[in-house]
Parts: sequence; structure tokens; C-alpha cells
Amino acid sequence: MATLELSIGGEIPVTSARRKRRLGPLFWAAICWMVLVFAAAILANLLPLPSPTDMDMLERRAPASWAHWLGTDGLGRDELARLIYGARISLIVGLCAPIIGITIGGTLGMLAGYFRGRFESIVVGSMDVLLAFPPLILVLAVTAYLGQSVLYLTCIIGVLGVPAFMRVARAATLTLVRREFVIAAQALGATHTRILLRELLPNVFLPLLAFFLLLVAVTIVVEGALSFLGLGVPPPISSWGSMIGEGRESLEVAPRLAFMPATVMFLTVLSFNLVGDALRTLTDPRQGAL
Amino acid sequence: MTEAALLSVEGVTVELPTPRGNLRAVDQVDLKVAAGQTLGVVGESGCGKTMLSRAILQLLPKKAKLFGRVMFDGQDLVTLDPERLRKLRGRSLAVVFQDPMTSLNPVLTIGTQLIETLQEHLELDSAAATRRSAELLAAVGIPAPEQRLTQYPHQLSGGMRQRVAIAIALSCEPKLLIADEPTTALDVTIQAQILDLLAREQRRRHMAMILITHDLGVVAGRTDEVAVMYAGRVVERAPTSALFKKMRMPYTEALLAAIPKIDAAPHTKLPAISGRPPDPTRPIAGCSFSPRCRYAAGLCHSEKPSLTVAETADHQFACFHPILSPIGAGA
Repeated sequence: MATLELSIGGEIPVTSARRKRRLGPLFWAAICWMVLVFAAAILANLLPLPSPTDMDMLERRAPASWAHWLGTDGLGRDELARLIYGARISLIVGLCAPIIGITIGGTLGMLAGYFRGRFESIVVGSMDVLLAFPPLILVLAVTAYLGQSVLYLTCIIGVLGVPAFMRVARAATLTLVRREFVIAAQALGATHTRILLRELLPNVFLPLLAFFLLLVAVTIVVEGALSFLGLGVPPPISSWGSMIGEGRESLEVAPRLAFMPATVMFLTVLSFNLVGDALRTLTDPRQGAL
Repeated sequence: MTEAALLSVEGVTVELPTPRGNLRAVDQVDLKVAAGQTLGVVGESGCGKTMLSRAILQLLPKKAKLFGRVMFDGQDLVTLDPERLRKLRGRSLAVVFQDPMTSLNPVLTIGTQLIETLQEHLELDSAAATRRSAELLAAVGIPAPEQRLTQYPHQLSGGMRQRVAIAIALSCEPKLLIADEPTTALDVTIQAQILDLLAREQRRRHMAMILITHDLGVVAGRTDEVAVMYAGRVVERAPTSALFKKMRMPYTEALLAAIPKIDAAPHTKLPAISGRPPDPTRPIAGCSFSPRCRYAAGLCHSEKPSLTVAETADHQFACFHPILSPIGAGA
């Protein structure tokens, strides 16, 4: 028999729980851009900006000047102000809709994956129905009946994201409940609530978060597309999508009116994806080392 | 056994439905463990050892069917209501699993996992629970316990993790500890340490222990009684000393023969048990070991032997042609 005495009480250097990992300049550039966009959107009221809805018919499609830093649009409204106020709409919808999705979808998915049985069949079945329904028709129907508003738009995009979150959460839960630590928790007398919240949720949360960031980017684009089609926020409120849509009319005369919001949207979506990727690789090695 | 049994498993049968028919993982098993005693359950992979431990804990897969009684401390665990059963688990009944890589939650710190268990069952405040956690870690031989509490399982070695798992299992002073192959996933050098630790804590706390293993060598010095399982049935049961002195079941003999001997000449061929355990979805008519048994004859192929008593009442075996004399003579 091998005997190996361990010195108890001896101080051993314990490396810090989180090792510093290199994130790269791209990550920090993305963070900077996101901070800039968020700050501008939050502080829009305090910034010395002209109103985004004030029209100046004499200054239609004016080029950049001291009065209008980025010029004016087809109705003489300040382009920079519209971009910044538009960021509010795009970010509110882009963040709130996935939050609705992650809350409802994540809860349903975890419960379905944990309890299985009839509940799971009902949840998966109804999500399949929702997935099979053409999203554009659904948005059209809802806006036709309830009217266009930021709230409805957020809710409808949020509900459309539920099935995807449900599937991610359920798939993660299904593999996790077979792991021994869940049986070990049961053997220690843990309640269902405790197992779901303390054992499973921290594990399911990482893939859900990565997916959440991805969906924020997707939602910003979806909101843009809907606004472009005229199904998004009602005028005169600006959103990046509706600005691109309005800019389309003067594409030959002033292409910048369509390209500026498009560029801002592109950079924001890219930033979310870059940060999401970086966060995933940051948490991945831990997942792999389990 | 003179003491009243703390745990008595009576006629427990576990059936698992599979696409190929019902799988009888555990078949009519009777076992008894008294407080302060250690029972070894030995058998090769797939013979129902783990299913037996899950049946005792009532942690079988949802579709599994359980027959028989599991009496623990005067209560039948099979019919006990779920809430009281839940309180019993962890508090009086604890388990150490085979693989410490998967039996600890990867995203919670060691401290969280220990402290929450303590708070759940003992209603300690968080300062007291933290103090007690550090004491427990020290008791299972983990250096610098305070620092370890803030670490995640992946920052610990396999042996350390198993010590943590043991600390969690012991945290509420259980009356019965089930150790389900606690050393299988560990290095040989760590195995002895973990087994000695379990034996030491068991003596100190006067708790009953069921040590499940596939290694007869593991149970040899550390158990009071051994039950040898094959294809879901207990085929031989005896006090440890009696079993190693005079085993009656050919399967037990074969298991012992398959352990490498330190004094054997180099390059000696290890006598392995040929063939594989029978397909549990298709039970065979006779003794389930008969296709692999070198003593099998006549009745062995047509009738199942039941557990019969040998010379002493506490030595039982299920064989028509038991080994009468030391290894090799046969019937």
C-alpha cells in the first residue's frame, strides 16, 4: 500500500481563480464602440442636439455643416440627432426582445428538460408550432390589429425568440441532468427548486448568455428590416432601419442618408458578435475542463 | 451479526424497460448492514451493483420498476413519502459516487457546494457553515482548506475532488454511507488513501458503510461482510474472513484468481474469466454463471440455484457444485 502523507495546514500557493486572458485589440475596439453608442443613446436628451423631428424644408439633404454635423435628411431633419435617437429604439428593442426570449424560453426549456414527460411534449410541441408560423406574417398580423409601437414590436420579436432559447436551454439541461452531480444533489436531499436554480441554472446560463448576445445582434437587424419595410416603429420616431428605408428614396442624390445608419448598425452588430465570441472563448475552456 | 440491522434490503428487484424488453438489473437481493459495519458489494461491470445502490437511495431512473422492501432505521424507503425521503437523504443516508470529475457541480465553488448542504440540513448560519466546511475539508486531508473553499472543482486533482465529495457526503453525519466504486476513477496510489480515509471516518463516526467495488482486493481488509454479485443476484455472502478462507462459489474463486499476485513469476498469464456476463434482457434458464463456469454440469444449465447456507449460518452461496476444498479441487 502506498502511503502518501499530506502536510495539513501547510500554506500552498493557490493560483487566482480567474487567470488573465488576452482579449485582443478588436475586443476592446468593440467595447469602446458599444460604450459610445450606449452613452449617446442614454444621454441623448442631455446632448446639445437639434430635435430629431424638427423639419427644415430649406435645408433638405444639406451636407455636413456646423449646424448639422452629419447633414440633414430628405425632410431637413438633423441626421446625427436621428441616428442617436434611433440608437435608443434599436437598442431598446435589441436588448428587451432577447430578454423576453431568454426569460420565457430559458425557464420553459429548463423545466421541460428537467421534468420531461407530458410537460415537455406540450412545450416542445407548442414551440414547434410557433417556429412553423411565418414570422413576417405574425408581425404583420399583430401590427395590423394592435397598431405600431415600440412595445408591441419588442414583445413580438421577443416571443419569436422564445423557441430558440427554449431549445438551447432544454438541450443543455438534458445533457446536464444525466451528469452525476445532479444525482449527487438528489442524494443529498436537494429539492427540485434547489437543483434547478443552484445546480442547473449556473451551468445552463453560459450557453444561454452566448446565445443571448448573438440574438441581440440579430434582433437589431430584424428591427431594422421591419422598420425598413414600414412595419417597425411608427414615424416620425427614428430607428436605424426606418432611416435606411427613408434614405433609399434619395439613394441617387444623397447615398450617405442610407449608408450612415447602415454603417452604424453594422458596427454595432459586429461589436455585439465580437464581444459575444470573446466571452464564449473565455468561458469555453472551463466547460472543456469539466 | 449481533446488532439489529440499520439497513435491510429485502427481496429487491429492479427492472428497467429497454427497447429489447425488460432488463432485470437487480434480482431478488437480500442484504443487511448494521451500524458501524461495512458491507462490501463485489461484482464485475454491469452486474447490478450501481442499480442496487440507486435502489437503496430511491434514485432509480424514472422508468425503472422496483419491487421488494428497503428498510432503513425502521422505515420502508420504497413507500416513504417523497418529502420525508428527501430529508433522510443527505442527513442520514449519504453517497460517494464513482467519478469525482462529474459528481461535483463544475460551476460552483467547493465552498458553495459544502456550505449549502450544511445549511440545507443542519440549519447553520453562513459563518458557522463556512467554519464547519473548512473543518470537514481538513478532516478529509485537504491542505489549506480555507483557500480550497473558494476554488472550483476543475482546479483540484482527482484525488482532491474525491476527498471533497467525501467531505460533502460526511457533512451531516450520516448513519449510512454508500460508496459506489469510490476509487475506480483514481490513480492506484490515491486509491489506498481514499479507502483508508473512508475506513477511518467510518470507525470514528460509527456509521454503516456499503463499499461497492469490482475489486475483491479492495474489500479484503476493509469490510466486515462481503456480498458477491453476478448478473443482478447475490451469489455468495459471507463475513470477509470466512469468504477469503473458504469461498464456495466458483465465480468468487474466479474473481480472486483474476487479481495479479505480487509473488507470481514475471510474464505469468493472468487467469481471466472467459466470456461475458449474460445478456440481462434474455435471462438464461440455469445458473447465470454456468456458461462461463468450469464446474458447470447437468443441473447448472437448467435450474437456478438459490442462496443456501454453508456450514456457518452467515455464509451463504448459490451453487449446485460449490468448491469444497481450496482452489483447484472443484466438485
